[in-house]
Amino acid sequence: MNDRGIRYIDEYRDKVLIRKLVRLIRDSAHSGYTFMEVCGGHTAAIHRFGIPSLLPPGIKLISGPGCPVCVTGQTIIDKAVAYSRKQGFIIATFGDLMRVPGSLSALEKEKAAGADVRVVFSGLEALEIAKANPGRNIIFPGIGFETTAPGTAVTVKKANDAGLRNFFLLCSHKVMPPAMDSIINDGVNLDGFICPGHVAAITGSSVFEFIPGKYGLGCVIAGFEPVDLLQSVYMLVKQVNERSQSVEIQYTRAVTKKGNLLAKQLMKEVFEPCDSYWRGFGIIPLSGLRLRKEFECFDAEKVFPVKTAREVENQSCLCGEILRGLKTPSDCPLFSGVCNPLNPVGACMVSEEGTCNTHYKYAQ
Amino acid sequence: MCLSIPAKIISIDGDMAEVSTGGAVFRACIGLIDVPEVGEYILLHAGFAIQRISEEEATETLELLREIKDASNE
Repeated sequence: MNDRGIRYIDEYRDKVLIRKLVRLIRDSAHSGYTFMEVCGGHTAAIHRFGIPSLLPPGIKLISGPGCPVCVTGQTIIDKAVAYSRKQGFIIATFGDLMRVPGSLSALEKEKAAGADVRVVFSGLEALEIAKANPGRNIIFPGIGFETTAPGTAVTVKKANDAGLRNFFLLCSHKVMPPAMDSIINDGVNLDGFICPGHVAAITGSSVFEFIPGKYGLGCVIAGFEPVDLLQSVYMLVKQVNERSQSVEIQYTRAVTKKGNLLAKQLMKEVFEPCDSYWRGFGIIPLSGLRLRKEFECFDAEKVFPVKTAREVENQSCLCGEILRGLKTPSDCPLFSGVCNPLNPVGACMVSEEGTCNTHYKYAQ
Repeated sequence: MCLSIPAKIISIDGDMAEVSTGGAVFRACIGLIDVPEVGEYILLHAGFAIQRISEEEATETLELLREIKDASNE
């Protein structure tokens, strides 16, 4: 690999292998297949690399609820906005949340109006802000799936070890398997899942075993490069053809059956499962994570309860149905007109990984 | 959001490390990796190394793909 290349990326964009996989898929796809990618990162990669244009017409890829920004309810944004308006508070947030519309405002608008809202790359940066501003309260909105939650667990433990009393987590972490279960029970017509590779790097492949076991659907845990995605589609087609539905790992360079045991242990130490609200789904039992009792002193909602108005979502916005795989962006009357990346109505248009944002950029 | 990129560990200081990807160097927490070593590749996500990348598995995936025969194989 030369110095300009990035190892473990460039090799998986190899044209010869891509052409070969496209031929293999075309030769083995005998009927109609619908596969759902549940990870927003996969949705973005699939369209960025033009994967649908390489597949035979019988293979349909639909997007699921795997963009944490998109499935996070407006209440969390409304609460972050409420904290940003309080005297002596700093919001330290991942950039992804800045533009997400709450019921009445967005963090970006509050910042423009003078609130102290800072974009951080990691929870640890929020800790540094807390250390540098002992007289002020720092709120870190914790969003994301199993990929992100272990980092938040480390952050909370470090805050605890350092005796910090001005760092608070606005916790909205979620876990993926219950949402996949909910989608299947919703009755979406599916032949299999392209399972989230970076969630599985933490959880291990075993958390998806209920899908072939209980529902007879195929699962392939995929990487994020074109070769990874095409090989995963090929593996799913074969599972369907051979009726050998199981959990297979394509992304073997990062995913094992057991996952990252250290990360799972830390998550368990800091968080406990709770019911959680998902946009488009409502409450999904045990699909969220909240701080355990011993870490409650870092729970923003416990320490500073704030009231927010009832959620007001635009009735014409189809984000909810799109997140459940029931509709596509082109079914939405707002898509690409009223709702566009500069003026997003729904969260799916805000996030770089949102289905509407991705379709706006690549699939029109 | 679950975006993670491969990065190489270039130096370690406690549970923090300098990691490099495509020539850019970042500071990352390696507290989620069991016995990390300089020179290893990890997946970097929001300031944390979330998993090590297996060189052996990475090579094997590509080799297996190259070995598969397809109809148009010359």
